Amino acid sequence: MLNQVYRLVAARQFEVQTVDEVLAPTDIIVRPTYLSLCHADQRYFTGNRSQTALRKKLPMALIHEGVGTVVADPQGEFKPGDLVAMVPNTPTKTNEIVKENYLPSSKFRSSGYDGFMQEYVFLHRDRAIKIPKDFDPQMAAFIEMVSVGVQALTQLKHTMDADQKVIGIWGDGNLGYITATLAKTMFPNSQLVVFGRHQDKLDYFSFVDATYLVDDVPENVQVSQAIECTGGLGSAQAIDQIIDHIQPMGTVVLMGVSEQPIDINTRMVLERGLTLQGSSRSGRQDFQQAVDILSHSAVTRERLQNLIGVTGTVHTLPEVTEFFERDLANYWGKAVMRWAV
Amino acid sequence: MIYAQILAGGKGTRMGHVKMPKQFLTLADKPILIHTVEKFVLESRFAAILIVCPADWLSHTKEIVHRYIHDDRVKVVTGGAERNETLMQGINYLQTHYDLTDDDVVITHDAVRPFITQRIIADNITAALQYPAVDTVVPAIDTIVQGATESVTTIPVRESMYQGQTPQSFNIQALIKAYDKLTTDQKATLSDSCKICLLAGETVHLVRGENFNFKITTPYDLKVATALVETRE
Repeated sequence: MLNQVYRLVAARQFEVQTVDEVLAPTDIIVRPTYLSLCHADQRYFTGNRSQTALRKKLPMALIHEGVGTVVADPQGEFKPGDLVAMVPNTPTKTNEIVKENYLPSSKFRSSGYDGFMQEYVFLHRDRAIKIPKDFDPQMAAFIEMVSVGVQALTQLKHTMDADQKVIGIWGDGNLGYITATLAKTMFPNSQLVVFGRHQDKLDYFSFVDATYLVDDVPENVQVSQAIECTGGLGSAQAIDQIIDHIQPMGTVVLMGVSEQPIDINTRMVLERGLTLQGSSRSGRQDFQQAVDILSHSAVTRERLQNLIGVTGTVHTLPEVTEFFERDLANYWGKAVMRWAV
Repeated sequence: MIYAQILAGGKGTRMGHVKMPKQFLTLADKPILIHTVEKFVLESRFAAILIVCPADWLSHTKEIVHRYIHDDRVKVVTGGAERNETLMQGINYLQTHYDLTDDDVVITHDAVRPFITQRIIADNITAALQYPAVDTVVPAIDTIVQGATESVTTIPVRESMYQGQTPQSFNIQALIKAYDKLTTDQKATLSDSCKICLLAGETVHLVRGENFNFKITTPYDLKVATALVETRE
């Protein structure tokens, strides 16, 4: 079938490309309906990646967070009209030890492999997760990010020692908010403390036990385990502060993406016997768990509703460009576009 | 109900010395017509999708549809000698085989415009449910010049000029009434289906098309179309 794929060809420049798609019996066809923007998409859009990376990965359709409606399933497992979240990680091999999102052979949408900015997405059926009808599709559009939080907290559970008393989260942006919301559900007996740079953002975290501005943290504040959700050059400062405030033998889950290598005070990591655990992306299982958590917790859904920031409908590529620009000027929340191109 | 009608009645006279009508020529390993139909079967709101083709090519059309399309809603119907006759043959089929109501609409589309998108089809459905007739257009890029023999008679203001594409969509009853008002001459010579409704005084609503939703009419068009299509790795 002739499918229109809307690719970024250079910074701030999208073009349409017709691609002849073949529907395998194991695939389904999904019409994207709501797409959510991620910092990674913005780094491509603005050209804030290395020239080598841009040369290697573009042209490419952006967006790896989104929902859509099923329009065709050769096996009849999905019905036309079913709302599904699309899993961007696409494994080509399986491994008994390494999770699908850490396998180098896996393809990832909007990272060297076309993302969801397409007329139709041809998806392997296990990459589609049914979304309950009572979910707001704008909120469901960023379930991928929720699944990334699930992946990180699941990793933490496996790695950390027995001390669950205080979970500390560094970062007051979208990822910090989502991770804090999930931690409230996945660690119901722990105290939750969030550290950030902006008081007006920290004010959104009304459900946690305490928040601190990072330049005003009392010395006696201690966390059992920590999650870093800052990314960029801020990661170095956040990790430094975590080392100062975490209990010996604690685990630090690193989630923020930094474009450049950052310094880590390994002397203190060694001295305190800390574990640094990297966490990135997610797999099908994390998506399903994210949907299950949201299905069973109306309050978690409500908290995530508050994260819907910029919204709008896009019909043309100039409107898509304008939407990306609006998101760049956005201060709080996720940008979700209704896809009508 | 919402119906679709793929107009595949063309004889392909502008394609040069090609025996087969252009809608059956191959683009990206499949007949052009099949690419077009594949887009329509993904719209679940269509109650039926008619392919109206020349009488001489009825069995061929049925065979390729059988090979590539697995959807009971798709029916192959014999068309007429001219475009409007082909259109109305499809309408006659709908009248005979379905219980049509005053609210029913039909989305008609050229078989040789395989780059149609979901958005254009959806916009046509939305508009057809609201207006008696709908035309898909793109703003004219070149200046349109009207002339007779060897001289220009007028040059209209480009900003108000559009190039007509398809789909053209209609409230079925409004189309039948408008067609019945035409003279025999008009029926034979009108090259645009929306003009049937325009002559009858109906409002024709505009829907935005796409420049790439072009009609594959000449060997040049087929070359361009072939060059546009990329294979998924």
